[in-house]
Amino acid sequence: MNEFSYIYLIPLIPILTFLFLGFTAKKIKEPVSGYIGTASLAAVFALSVYTAYKYFFEVGMVNGKYEPVLVMIKKGWVNFTDKLAIDLGILLDPISAMMLIVVSTISLMVHIYSLGYMHSDTGFSRFYAYLSLFTFSMLGLVLSSNLFLIYIFWELVGVSSFLLIGFYFEKPSAVAASKKAFIVTRFADMFFLIGILMVGYFGQSFDFETLNSESTIHMITGWIANHQIFSFMGLSIFTWALILIYIGGMGKSAMFPLHIWLPDAMEGPTPVSALIHAATMVVAGVYLVARLFPLFYHIDNGAALGVVAVVGAFSALFAAIIAFTQEDIKRVLAFSTMSQIGYMMMALGVSGYEGHEGLGYMAGMFHLFTHAMFKALLFLTAGAIIHAVHSNFMKDMGGLHKYMPISRWVFLIAALAISGIPPFAGFFSKDEILTAAFEYNKFIWFIGFLVAGMTAFYMFRLYFRIFHNKDTDYGDHKPHEAPFTMAFALVFLGIMTIIAGFIPFSELVSADRMPFHSEIHWTSPLVIGSILIAASGIGIAYLMYYKETDYPQKFASGMGAGYKWAKNKFYMDELYIFVTHKIIFDKISKPIAWFDRNVIDGFMNLLGVTTEKAAEKIKFIQTGRMQDYAMYFVSGVIAIVMLIVYFRN
Amino acid sequence: MDLDNFMLMRDEILLTVIILMMLVAEVLLSQKNKKYVIQLGLVLFAGYTFQSFIPNETGELFGGSYKTYPLVHLFKAILAFGVMMILLQSVTWIKEKLLPYDFAAEFFILIFSSLIGLNFMVSAGDFLMFYLGLELSTMPIIALTAFEFWNHRSVEAGVKYIMLASVSSAILLFGVSLVYATAGSIQFDVITGAMHLPLLEIIGLIMIFIGVGFKISLVPFHFWAADVYEGAPTVISNYLSVISKGGAVYVLMTLLFIVFKAFQTEWNWIMYGISILTMLIGNLFALRQQNMKRFLAFSSVAQAGFILLAMLSNNELGVKAIIYFLLIYIFSNVAAFGVVQVISLKTGKENIDDYTGLYRTNPKLSLVLMIALFSLAGIPPVAGFFAKFFLYAAAASKGYYLLIFIAVLNVTISLYYYLLPVRAAFLRTSENPIPYFKSDIYSKMAFVIAMVGLLVLGLYSGVFEYISGMSNIL
Repeated sequence: MNEFSYIYLIPLIPILTFLFLGFTAKKIKEPVSGYIGTASLAAVFALSVYTAYKYFFEVGMVNGKYEPVLVMIKKGWVNFTDKLAIDLGILLDPISAMMLIVVSTISLMVHIYSLGYMHSDTGFSRFYAYLSLFTFSMLGLVLSSNLFLIYIFWELVGVSSFLLIGFYFEKPSAVAASKKAFIVTRFADMFFLIGILMVGYFGQSFDFETLNSESTIHMITGWIANHQIFSFMGLSIFTWALILIYIGGMGKSAMFPLHIWLPDAMEGPTPVSALIHAATMVVAGVYLVARLFPLFYHIDNGAALGVVAVVGAFSALFAAIIAFTQEDIKRVLAFSTMSQIGYMMMALGVSGYEGHEGLGYMAGMFHLFTHAMFKALLFLTAGAIIHAVHSNFMKDMGGLHKYMPISRWVFLIAALAISGIPPFAGFFSKDEILTAAFEYNKFIWFIGFLVAGMTAFYMFRLYFRIFHNKDTDYGDHKPHEAPFTMAFALVFLGIMTIIAGFIPFSELVSADRMPFHSEIHWTSPLVIGSILIAASGIGIAYLMYYKETDYPQKFASGMGAGYKWAKNKFYMDELYIFVTHKIIFDKISKPIAWFDRNVIDGFMNLLGVTTEKAAEKIKFIQTGRMQDYAMYFVSGVIAIVMLIVYFRN
Repeated sequence: MDLDNFMLMRDEILLTVIILMMLVAEVLLSQKNKKYVIQLGLVLFAGYTFQSFIPNETGELFGGSYKTYPLVHLFKAILAFGVMMILLQSVTWIKEKLLPYDFAAEFFILIFSSLIGLNFMVSAGDFLMFYLGLELSTMPIIALTAFEFWNHRSVEAGVKYIMLASVSSAILLFGVSLVYATAGSIQFDVITGAMHLPLLEIIGLIMIFIGVGFKISLVPFHFWAADVYEGAPTVISNYLSVISKGGAVYVLMTLLFIVFKAFQTEWNWIMYGISILTMLIGNLFALRQQNMKRFLAFSSVAQAGFILLAMLSNNELGVKAIIYFLLIYIFSNVAAFGVVQVISLKTGKENIDDYTGLYRTNPKLSLVLMIALFSLAGIPPVAGFFAKFFLYAAAASKGYYLLIFIAVLNVTISLYYYLLPVRAAFLRTSENPIPYFKSDIYSKMAFVIAMVGLLVLGLYSGVFEYISGMSNIL
């Protein structure tokens, strides 16, 4: 094969760990199962880093371009027709190599962190088994070489997310949340599957490399130009297929209006929120768009990409507004995640393709990378705080900087990073997104710009209210710093958050896989503006929340109904319930159910009764007397002979 | 004829040697050591089964009376494998019922003789070998049917079977003589070439077909099945329903596809009608049965109707589908009969109602029963689903869509009765269920083999591809 032939080990190790831990969950107790899971993840991490290093610096670059490496495990795994087959293959290219690093790093940190966080939980071993399952699915997802394979892992990721959200299955709210997440994402995946089939049909392949190749794009654009392909509402059917695929991505990545599951998903254990609902699974939609980027960009002059940009920008703004008003720290982080993913989508949406034009693509991927680090850090810190205070709500916190110095500093670093303050990681990626958006469309840029300021505000609202604000009396249970394993993960991610911004990302990841050079122009008004708006967001938060003041109260009442709407997440959940219960259940499902019960079942019952009657009627034949049997036998012979003789003449 | 030639029929020779060894053992072993006959028989037959999976060469003996080629050899191996599982299940029965009468060795000798008969029958190259094989396979089984001579039902079953079998043999022989009279030969190859289909020959062919149809229990020649299966020892019912039926199906397939080729348009229509009748009648009677053995008897009648679906295709896909179906059918039926056998030996209960609440007391046994019945009903992902699927595919390849539709309707009916024992075992609770008991190690082995077969064969395509590789007998 080639020098990456070992790469199947990367998904194989976690699935074997899952099977092992799953089957021995009752026998192997804490902490051994945790050590096993962590050790296997450490191996995966080492392999991933080795692979990415080898790809980026040794093998990948051919003639100034990163060439994809395809490791075929089984060619023609499932064959539909001679042309259309699904291969079992692994695709290694800049974005999948980058995702390997993201997934394995965060997963390893979460494994280590959970040794402390899940300590003395009854489901400890089960937790690690699920984590391994998730890691397997996510690694499989990023390494898939074709649409069908990615769909399989896409669903597996959904299942493991379902299992982990509902981890505390004795809690009804957790069960409800897990079902909600599963159903909403499955609903989106229905469109995804239709999209896959349409793309496969028109593109005549499921392979990413074939679909993204110039010849396929040329073929399809040719059809569109010659009107050989069906079009609907001014867009070709292929663009609609891409939009359907994007809907699948919207479901997983919690884009408006399919975001409703993400806040509820916070019912899962906090390390899970960090791994799945902040760093890895929720960016699957972004990854998917990036995977098919040449198609999104070229077909119909990027019409589908426009949808990506608009949905991304709107979701970024929408989530940021809601994040202002939430009281549960995990929910603030959840909406912040949604907002940041919107940012990434927006970045992809505004991107060009060749050379420096592809800045948005690069920035989106860069932001995915840095966001994974600092958002995981934020969640894990939030976990440490919840662990210490035994509450999710900001009102129960305050003044924690005295008790939890490490958490405080890493949280501050992460908050500065997400707000876009140099030199922390978020600044670089965010600034490049804004630069790309500015070149594309001023309005989109303005939304991004606004969201940057809002992000800074709500993050520091969170920071000040947790660590400063009032001096809460914690009684006998003084909050304490996190144990070593948790602190280790926090510090590691903190360091990553500081240094990740200095990675020369455009040299590694780009839309056309040709490295280009990009740097921050410190004196440009764009950069200064974005630093200023972030700083003013922080400043306002400082004024309102550093000390206990009545500004927030006044502000809320000043906003009137707007505040109430935002606090209730713009009543999106209620809207969903109205549509499903009042319209779908009552108006559509009930008549269908009636038809099924009375007509279909009636027919089936008739069939059943007839059969039973017939069986009753003929039972006399089987008399038990041999003479009768012989008679039937011979009559049968005669009958057949006579029939044949009759029909021959 | 040199040694190499003789090795072509190494299966039959080995079986004969085994029978002789059993005879010697029977004579030499003292009364105290008689029980080791069982282990001896099992070990010898296991060795035979193992060697039968080693492929054999293509060739013919006795001037074309005996033929062997890869597919038939594979089929003999499948039969041997089925018999092996049945033997494993019968150990307890032999120990408890036969050893006191000192009949253990006879049991092995008779069942091996019957298997030799089947081997000769499937390898036959002319009607003489075919008929000899058929009778050699039937006679020992008739003796075995009446083996529980203290049980009048067993004796009655034996008598019914021998009488009806002789009627069918008479008709079959009459048919052969008519064909000989018109075609001038009993050699299959010659007959194939010399067919001109005067009426006399057609009647002969129909009679041969009916003779084999009796063994497969096609309607209206199926009446013996229920009474004989019910009365015979469960082991023998099991043997009759899978091994002896399997052999006859194979022979019918070669006869129809190769020997009766010229007669094709006519036999297609006979098969069409009989297929529908067999499925329908088998199902309708199975619906009302209370006794598990009668129930399985009618279910096996209905299954025969499904096999005819693939016979109609008359092409290579049909051959593959039938061999694969028989393989899966052996696994499912052996497992189902095995459960009936174990329970009937421990408690003497054989009715579906007796199985109520079985899951509470014997969960593993209930699971075996469930998977076996699911496979018979054709519920995915158990192998039986794929087996049925290939049968449909074979029929569809020749455009028999209406027949497939009728078959699917019949599957729906069969689903109902296959689920009755499952419902009784799993969903109902009983005041006095069958108490917990431990099965012996041999039955457990057979169950494990059957379960692995049913769960793995369907999903692992290698087996079907292996069969496909040698199915070009046409």
